[in-house]
Amino acid sequence: MRTDAVTAAEEAAEDAARHSYGKLVAFLAARTRDVAGAEDALSEAFAAALADWPRHGVPRTPDAWLLTVARRKLIDAGRQRRLDGDASAHLAWLEELKAGDDGDTTIPDGRLGLLFACAHPGIDRGVRAPLMLQAVLGFDAATIASAFLVAPATMGQRLSRAKTKIRQAGIGFEVPEGAALRERLPDVLDAIYAAYAEGWSDPQGADARRRNLADEAIWLGRLLASLLPDEGEALGLLSLMLHAHARRDARRGESGDYVPLDAQDTARWDVGMIEEAEALLARANACEGGGRYQLEAAVQSAHAVRRRAGRADWHAIGQLYDALCALTGSPVAALNRAVAIAHTQGPQAGLLALDDIAGDTRLADYQPYWAARAELLARTGARQAAAEAYRQAIGLESDPAVRRFLQQRAAAL
Amino acid sequence: MEYLLLVYSDNKQFDTLTPAQQAEGLAAYGAYAEALQKAGVMRGGNRLRPQETATTVRMRSGKTEVLNGPYAETREQLGGYFLIDVPNLDAALSWASRCPGASHGTMEVRPVWAMGEN
Repeated sequence: MRTDAVTAAEEAAEDAARHSYGKLVAFLAARTRDVAGAEDALSEAFAAALADWPRHGVPRTPDAWLLTVARRKLIDAGRQRRLDGDASAHLAWLEELKAGDDGDTTIPDGRLGLLFACAHPGIDRGVRAPLMLQAVLGFDAATIASAFLVAPATMGQRLSRAKTKIRQAGIGFEVPEGAALRERLPDVLDAIYAAYAEGWSDPQGADARRRNLADEAIWLGRLLASLLPDEGEALGLLSLMLHAHARRDARRGESGDYVPLDAQDTARWDVGMIEEAEALLARANACEGGGRYQLEAAVQSAHAVRRRAGRADWHAIGQLYDALCALTGSPVAALNRAVAIAHTQGPQAGLLALDDIAGDTRLADYQPYWAARAELLARTGARQAAAEAYRQAIGLESDPAVRRFLQQRAAAL
Repeated sequence: MEYLLLVYSDNKQFDTLTPAQQAEGLAAYGAYAEALQKAGVMRGGNRLRPQETATTVRMRSGKTEVLNGPYAETREQLGGYFLIDVPNLDAALSWASRCPGASHGTMEVRPVWAMGEN
């Protein structure tokens, strides 16, 4: 029978997992850099909590309780292995701490350092976001694998290889300072945004775990923005994600059909989230320097204008993509720039801009490129070529709602 | 590396669709096969007739047995396949996710074990 005590215990454990997991991992692994060991100890501590709390009540400070148990597990595990000097010093230090009253222990927040370790240049780019989701938020490998479309066993291996690298290569949990911070911050931002993009690409409501992933990425973005309140790019990234998230519900019609941004009912946008995003962007613009995420947030802000003005500010969007192209050289930015040109100068001009990037192999399998091309060809009356481009877009799309939308467009030619 | 993408789905579901929906579904497969071609990864692929049309053959105690029906009767049945050549499993999964079968059924991705390969 489920009792209130069990429910309360589960809720407390979930709350502690959400808010303290990364803090506890960072703290437990700080000196040994043994993330996997810290995670194992923590998962045992959570299991112990679920057994103990329903019977004895939720402790006054659940984090401290978890820390005590995890520390004991870590010390026990350490005793069974032969340790190098560093690790045994770390365990001795942990044991000293044990003597104190855990109720009064404040766990230092080492999550920022952990984020920087996860996005370290020594870690493969593709595994940085998954590593963050696991080490800072406690996601399991199978869930992460599904979101990133990788076999679970492969994801498990990649994560464990990355953790071994952190330990063996001595990737520290220190937060870089000054110029080094500016240099390494983009990698942290990119990884958080990659997690958001994986969550976002999932059609609304189709996969609860993945929808959750977009929320979790925003949570990481908030954490980062709160820890680095004067970094324009950290604020810009959060603004970007909130702007996109505000339109989440509007992306699908009543019957689950796909609704492109231009056709979305602005009444279904989340005004509160847009306002928060705007405030963040204003703060970001007041910071020194600028970067990709501020520009992308500004693009979203220019789209949000449609809510009041009835039309997105396509001139601003075009200029912002000019800047993004110059800054990043990304073919996706060039694609979006061409779409903006089509809005301000007509479909023929847009097509000319698309022709400039038509040979880029990175776009050959990229559905939005073909969909944009098809749309512009259709508007210039090139029906045959439009139909061909639509077929390519349909063949590359994985979301059934978007696929249906493209098929309807093609049929209407 | 070659991978076989197996499309498992409930073909009774397909029978309940309107002719227009069926045509749309098949056109999506056509577009998918074309995208595989254009990407230069397509090695082969076809739709299979339903499992009611299957016949199984086996040799037991020196005698052949020929039976009507599939090897294993399941609600979700093998409805078709694509053979693709891509650099690794990640790429194979990416293509599998784009197959219409991933949304109306389930895709199974199997690496080809070439003759003579260990």
